[in-house]
Amino acid sequence: MDFITILQLLDSSIRLATPLLLACLAGLFSERAGIFDIGLEGKMLAAAFFSAAIAFTSGSVWVGLLTGVAASVALSGLHGLASITFRGNQLISGVAINFLAAGMTVVIAQTWFSQGGRTPALTGDARFEEIVLPGAASRIRDIAQQSPLGQIYSELISGHSILVYISLLIVPLSWWVLYRTRFGLRLRAVGENPAAVDTAGISVVGLRYAAVIICGVLCGLAGAYLATGLSAGFVKDMSAGRGFIALAALIFAKWRPWHALGACFLFGFLDAAGNRFQNIELLTFLSLTFLLLAAVSAIMLVIRAIMLARGKDTARGLLTPGIALVVSVGLALGLDALDPEAGGIATYLNTFVLPVQFMQALPYILVVVILAGLVGKAIPPRAGGEPYVKER
Amino acid sequence: MTAPAIELKGISKAFGPVQANKDISLSVQKGAIHGIVGENGAGKSTLMSILYGFYKADKGEIWINGQQTSIPDSQAAIRAGIGMVHQHFKLVENFTVVENVILGAEDGAMLRPSISKARKVLLDLEQEYGLEVNPDAVIEDLSVGHQQRVEILKQLYREADILILDEPTGVLTPSEADQLFRILGRLKDEGKTIILITHKLREIMDVTDTVSVMRRGEMTATVKTAETSPAGLAELMVGRKVLLEVEKNAATPGEVVLDVKDLRVVDGTGVERLKSISFQIRAGEILGIAGVAGNGQSELLEVLGGMIPATSGSVTLHGQPIDITGRESDGQSRRRRGIGHVPEDRQVEGLIMPYEAWENVAFGYHHDPKYQAGILMNNSAIKADCAEKMERYDVRPPNPRLPARNFSGGNQQKIVVAREMDRHPDLLLVGQPTRGVDIGAIEFIHKQIIALRDAGKAVLLVSVELDEILGLSDRIAVMFDGVISGERLPEDTNEGDLGLLMAGVTERQGAA
Repeated sequence: MDFITILQLLDSSIRLATPLLLACLAGLFSERAGIFDIGLEGKMLAAAFFSAAIAFTSGSVWVGLLTGVAASVALSGLHGLASITFRGNQLISGVAINFLAAGMTVVIAQTWFSQGGRTPALTGDARFEEIVLPGAASRIRDIAQQSPLGQIYSELISGHSILVYISLLIVPLSWWVLYRTRFGLRLRAVGENPAAVDTAGISVVGLRYAAVIICGVLCGLAGAYLATGLSAGFVKDMSAGRGFIALAALIFAKWRPWHALGACFLFGFLDAAGNRFQNIELLTFLSLTFLLLAAVSAIMLVIRAIMLARGKDTARGLLTPGIALVVSVGLALGLDALDPEAGGIATYLNTFVLPVQFMQALPYILVVVILAGLVGKAIPPRAGGEPYVKER
Repeated sequence: MTAPAIELKGISKAFGPVQANKDISLSVQKGAIHGIVGENGAGKSTLMSILYGFYKADKGEIWINGQQTSIPDSQAAIRAGIGMVHQHFKLVENFTVVENVILGAEDGAMLRPSISKARKVLLDLEQEYGLEVNPDAVIEDLSVGHQQRVEILKQLYREADILILDEPTGVLTPSEADQLFRILGRLKDEGKTIILITHKLREIMDVTDTVSVMRRGEMTATVKTAETSPAGLAELMVGRKVLLEVEKNAATPGEVVLDVKDLRVVDGTGVERLKSISFQIRAGEILGIAGVAGNGQSELLEVLGGMIPATSGSVTLHGQPIDITGRESDGQSRRRRGIGHVPEDRQVEGLIMPYEAWENVAFGYHHDPKYQAGILMNNSAIKADCAEKMERYDVRPPNPRLPARNFSGGNQQKIVVAREMDRHPDLLLVGQPTRGVDIGAIEFIHKQIIALRDAGKAVLLVSVELDEILGLSDRIAVMFDGVISGERLPEDTNEGDLGLLMAGVTERQGAA
């Protein structure tokens, strides 16, 4: 694997992680306020359809985006009405929204466009174009001739649609809102113990509606990006389970914004790897796995180093990720350097080819692993899923 | 004379057909500690909820500091200077102390300035009233007593002049309770007005200046504490004379019924909950286990009751070993061996709340031949049996078709007691038999336990109420941190002595 291949892989990881990240942060706001939301999927789908349909008819992607967000917020409001005002079961309300969106989008698409439940392909201003940052090359031939740093800038950092950059900005923004503002304090409190919020004279209902609306806006962005950024138009069931993967990422991240970024990027990477390597030799798969491990350990190392600098960790904390980084980089490079033609173990390993189905199943396998609790105990907000009823 | 801090005039409140408060008038002077006592369901909590804006009264007026005030919600109560410390704390468990204190009383949209200001104010308040708590500690790491201080600090931070405390000592150790009362004394000296709701008459006698008694939604009397007595208050509460002391004859212990040797329990997280416990109980004897909640008493009851397996050790009943680690470690096997169990938390372990009383009466004994009709359950036999038990155990209302949650705490407990005691088990395990149970029912349940002992059965009593332990037990063992830190005879000890053992001090100091 050469450097540019790795960059391309990471580049498409970012694209594929974006809708997950937006949906994950949407779920984060809702669940932190104590409203479980398995309707992320449905809201994304509705937003995807309405943004594509209105972008097509109006010719402006921004009008499409607003409509998509409005559709998602409307469904959020419905979820809020069912689970906050009428104290219904949040899971059932979420399931209903998923069904509603899955059916409604296709039916309306067929009525409006008669193209078999899809919207016409979006072109020009009806779609989010890739932004080429100043000084970046956009054609692959030009990129290949740049220095490694230039390649990173041109391939990885430049060339995404505006929504990708916005979603990356929403991560620190969410963190700031949750942990540095009065609203965030109250939002987290209402998900943990609404009675404490109520006796403090704050409206539980108001806070929860606010959280659900924020969730709707972010889900709307996620859906609009799917239809007008990642692809060029709406097709039936295009969210493809991303709303559920976002929920798994949310659990993996233990309901924290920065961790959500990491979790979603991991899922994006698996998705990208599945797309890129259709039938992959075991040797390549192994070196890819070690590369991923190397990346994770590098991030851990940086986090530990920051904590060390702030005096919150000892130098020994650097040891484990450091060793993991050296070992996995060594193994990845070593496996990559093996010549499959030279015989011996390399040739033997190379006779195994992993089928495309396996690669494409990877994100879902990871979901199962995460939900089985193999990544440590994830404690959800304590009042999550329960409607608040004033006690006597 | 200045206007009273609180004056309630003719407050009435009904929930459907139930009149929770009937024409209640109350006047509390500024800087006084006023007690309100009454049985469960007497309307104390409703009255305080009206004062704190949780409910709106159907009729009546509230006057605060001589001004008529309307309190439609908690926000209005806070503005009127009323703070409430609820029985179940309203704290966010994974927040820090200072975050909990500022919640709802922040100074602006940004957190940091509020937090640093609150930290300073808290330090001042802590010094002023002796309420030491680390402002940056996380609530779930604090002891219950400290959590309660946070609740009080929360109210003081909101500049409350009137503090309502609802059953504040139910969860505290005796020494924590003493500290609380010292704090209340300081608050009173600073001119705060305090309303103390409790069913513990001793506390009323110790700390209050005046006391009101409520019964069935009515305020039956308001008296100066100095002019009354516990017996007098109890009579006003229940409406008849009540025996506060448990009457019992000396025990006549027989052969050893239960023999526990080196019992160890390590829980799922690897914490050793019981560290080599050994003791015996004889027939016709009540062994009382005292201790602050969470020192292994619950695990002891659960192992003996078959709810959790032990890690090692041996238990014999009448000399026959009981399987405490393996397959026979379940409630059914225990009941077959003649062990009855009144669990600590009746609402979780003792009853299925949405199920009707007759169903609850059969649980655990549903294999009893008299409940069978071929392969089906003989429901009418169970209902008849339940009705008969309700009669004898004075469960009110005596309606087998009523769901368990619709009974009051005391009557729920009587249902569990009836189920477990009526089979005359050789060994009865009783956990917190009178927690949240009103005085009349306490008297009844205590009599039943004594009667079982007098019938020659062994009783293991676990309670956090020292009065109960001292009154009922023939021998007392104190548990601390998974071991028995000491054994005493009730006539040979007192609350202070037991309190030291409960805190892990094993040297004998100044007991009679």
